[in-house]
Amino acid sequence: MKLTINGEVKSYQENLTVQQLLEKLNLSPERVVVELNRNILSPDMHIKTELKSEDTIELVQFVGGG
Amino acid sequence: MQVMLIYLNENQLEIKTGGRLYALREYYKEDADLLIVNGYPVNDDQELNEGDHIIMIKRGEHPSAEELEILMMARHTPGVHEKLKHACVGIAGAGGLGSQVAFALARVGIGQLVIADYDIVEPSNLNRQQYFIDQIGMPKVIALQDNLQRINPGTKINTYHQKVTPENITGFFSDVNILVEAFDAADQKAMLTNHFLCNFPDKFLVAASGIAGYETSNSIRTTKISDHFYLCGDGVTAAEPGCGLMAPRVGIAAHHQANAVLRLLLNKSPE
Repeated sequence: MKLTINGEVKSYQENLTVQQLLEKLNLSPERVVVELNRNILSPDMHIKTELKSEDTIELVQFVGGG
Repeated sequence: MQVMLIYLNENQLEIKTGGRLYALREYYKEDADLLIVNGYPVNDDQELNEGDHIIMIKRGEHPSAEELEILMMARHTPGVHEKLKHACVGIAGAGGLGSQVAFALARVGIGQLVIADYDIVEPSNLNRQQYFIDQIGMPKVIALQDNLQRINPGTKINTYHQKVTPENITGFFSDVNILVEAFDAADQKAMLTNHFLCNFPDKFLVAASGIAGYETSNSIRTTKISDHFYLCGDGVTAAEPGCGLMAPRVGIAAHHQANAVLRLLLNKSPE
């Protein structure tokens, strides 16, 4: 499966949900905003949403401070 | 006699063609000691032209609300003020980011601000937030509203002294054109961004991440994440033990956010 993540093409052997991708990338789900194919993905959908080859994903992990 | 139309303190006025500034002052406001022609202070007499906007001010005299608006916005690029005056901008969080974004947006003459924060002003906030010693203990939204009214009474301010939660985001911010994410905690930043953009896919959100410490100013950037989502900061420098939050860098990020708001309202890309 080929995914474009933050502008970079990455290949994965196995099928992944959004939640599994976040785990793989060591991202903390409660601090992350996921945009899948130009739409913001609600956090409660991370576990159900299966990624497909050619999907485009933007991941933003916030850090604290304000 | 040939006449031409000018604007004196924004009132239309017909004067004779080729009339001069000092003659106008003598006739209408001879004790005025500040003369502004088309947005710029003028120190010499000059011939006036059709369509000129002249403002005459006496030092120490408080201008009316209408005059104040004209005077404050005199340095803006023409055509900008009307758009900003009709805008409504939300600010979630009134700390280091939110208080400084609010100051900048009130100064440019945004018509309405909606500000939500549950916190009170504490001494440690004064290192970077736009509050004063005599405001310690006040709810931040009330202190901020007072400070903004002292700068620009023309900006309408709605405040919510409550914690922003997934349940109240849509109620608080349904009227805004753009929401500024100005929280401190990373999970709150993500919560707000997710809920706001999922519920209002046609509105804009301008968030901040990576603003702590005293790294170089030039690492703070405005990045377009998607058509409706912009992020200001270096993206990585978190506030943590050994890396505090300081006025300059927080202020730089806040003003990136304020300028992104301004550019979106003027149909320009913030990036």
